[in-house]
Amino acid sequence: MDWQALWLSVRLSCFTVVVLIPLAIVVGRWLAYRQFKGKSLLEALIMAPLVLPPTVIGYYLLVGLGNQSMIGQWVEQLTGQQLVFHFSGLVIASIIVNIPFAVQPIQRAFETIPIDIRDAAACCGMSRLRIFFRVELPMIWPGVLTALVLCFSHVLGEFGVVLMLGGNIAGETKTISIAIYDSVQAFDFDSAGMMSLVLLLFAVSALALTTSMSRRLGGHYNASPR
Amino acid sequence: MPRHADLTCDISQTLPIPLKAHFSCQAGEVLAVVGPSGGGKTTLLRMIAGLTLPQQGQIHCGEQLWFDAQQSISLTPQQRHIGYMPQHFGLFPHLSSLDNVISGLDHVPKALRKQRALDWLERVNLHGLPDRLPAQLSGGQRQRVALARALAREPAILLLDEPFSAVDKETRERLYIELARLKQQLSIPVIMVTHDIHEALLLADKMILISQGRMLQQGKPFEVLSHPNDEAVARQMGLRNIFDGQVVSQDIERNITQFTLGDELIVCDSAPTLEIGQAIRWVIPNQGIRFNAISSGRLCKSINKLEVFIESVLIMGESSRVIASVVGIGSIINADVPTHLVQKLSIAAGVQTTIALKSDQIHILNIRDS
Repeated sequence: MDWQALWLSVRLSCFTVVVLIPLAIVVGRWLAYRQFKGKSLLEALIMAPLVLPPTVIGYYLLVGLGNQSMIGQWVEQLTGQQLVFHFSGLVIASIIVNIPFAVQPIQRAFETIPIDIRDAAACCGMSRLRIFFRVELPMIWPGVLTALVLCFSHVLGEFGVVLMLGGNIAGETKTISIAIYDSVQAFDFDSAGMMSLVLLLFAVSALALTTSMSRRLGGHYNASPR
Repeated sequence: MPRHADLTCDISQTLPIPLKAHFSCQAGEVLAVVGPSGGGKTTLLRMIAGLTLPQQGQIHCGEQLWFDAQQSISLTPQQRHIGYMPQHFGLFPHLSSLDNVISGLDHVPKALRKQRALDWLERVNLHGLPDRLPAQLSGGQRQRVALARALAREPAILLLDEPFSAVDKETRERLYIELARLKQQLSIPVIMVTHDIHEALLLADKMILISQGRMLQQGKPFEVLSHPNDEAVARQMGLRNIFDGQVVSQDIERNITQFTLGDELIVCDSAPTLEIGQAIRWVIPNQGIRFNAISSGRLCKSINKLEVFIESVLIMGESSRVIASVVGIGSIINADVPTHLVQKLSIAAGVQTTIALKSDQIHILNIRDS
């Protein structure tokens, strides 16, 4: 069991969701409420990581964030650190790859808030910020929770993009998925089995928890007046 | 913040849906905005609330200018200080009844909010359910919570969007009485959107009839019902007995106009000045039609007697729909008659009887250029 790889994966997942979920709430709300030209195209772009092979995304990220790229050179000048083959690069890659997993459930959750409720909140005298925190956020919690669990689990299991962008540097870019691959390559099936079991148990319990909490939270307003 | 102020609204827009309205609603008055679905009623209400903006016009509440397209003035819903009850009540599903009402009490010091909310729940006759979530309440109870929340804001104006559409018939009847009582206590303009003409007749002091974004008529509900401007209004008001006629004579001094219905001569009181021979459209409401007692053979004493053949009698609970054709003319008369009267007068399909049209109930319609 490669504890270092597991810890790195957990850290990577935490960083990703901490950055991505608030961002997804802002973007999801905007997409849910606004109609504008090119909205379908933007939604397609956001969903693209779902259908693109991870190696393709990894390739573009490697090119886009590498030493030869403008972003890569700018970050290196600024921090003295490369993005590729580094943990920070993995965080950026994980955020980009997981955008659809974060945005879509949250956008759908915003879309389910009836306009009557938003109208009533405004007419109750609540400010936009207060409407968001007191009315919208409690109502979209199932969506946020789903996004959080999906992103966290997906980052834990990400393989292709991580390998393309980060390689396999122990303690820096070697995540648990890559550790499993390494173990299998080295015929260390005990270790690979143990790590796979940990990921399996995590995935199943996370999904069960999400389903159960979504049902409980959703129950508050599923029976709302039609 | 102005209180007990009249609302005046003069707005128009062409997109996304055409809408043009000009009306006022005095403090203490209930104005019903009536019309078919998709006619622009809810859009109009949302414009008054500041939830959507018209392209042109002004909205005043007393001295306060809420909206002026020319001066680019538009107060937010929060600034307008309104009480708004959306069609499906818009209750916050994760908050209890009490917390829902407290949400409308931001203008009250925090320490007083809970007691004030409880008082409002009492005032709308919702006892002992402050901790229930909206999903745990019946339709009528939810309506009361929404009304309490809207009123708790001590609004400058109360806006109700189809307030009775989401409750069952029994609850609706009860809520009519409660709203009628509440109306006497409120001294603010109340604007109620409804597609049900009977709700307007029952609860409103004034009504505007709106269809396809156009105001067809405004006035006291019974006046609009008895004196519809034109055929479109008459049909919106549910009047079915609309006929063609030709003016035979008119005595302005005695207020008597005679016109034809086929070969029959019809007399009506108070008509506009008409030319002899002029083609007209006229209408008679349900209450203007009297049936003769067939069993006793007694004739109506009234004028405007017509021989009719009863085509069908459809019993619909306490009321029956009688469809009859005028003998020799063929014009169809529709009348809703109390079922007990149908039995008492022995009205049945296939029989011939006499009806009388009350001359004071006959109304001559304007011809609208459309």
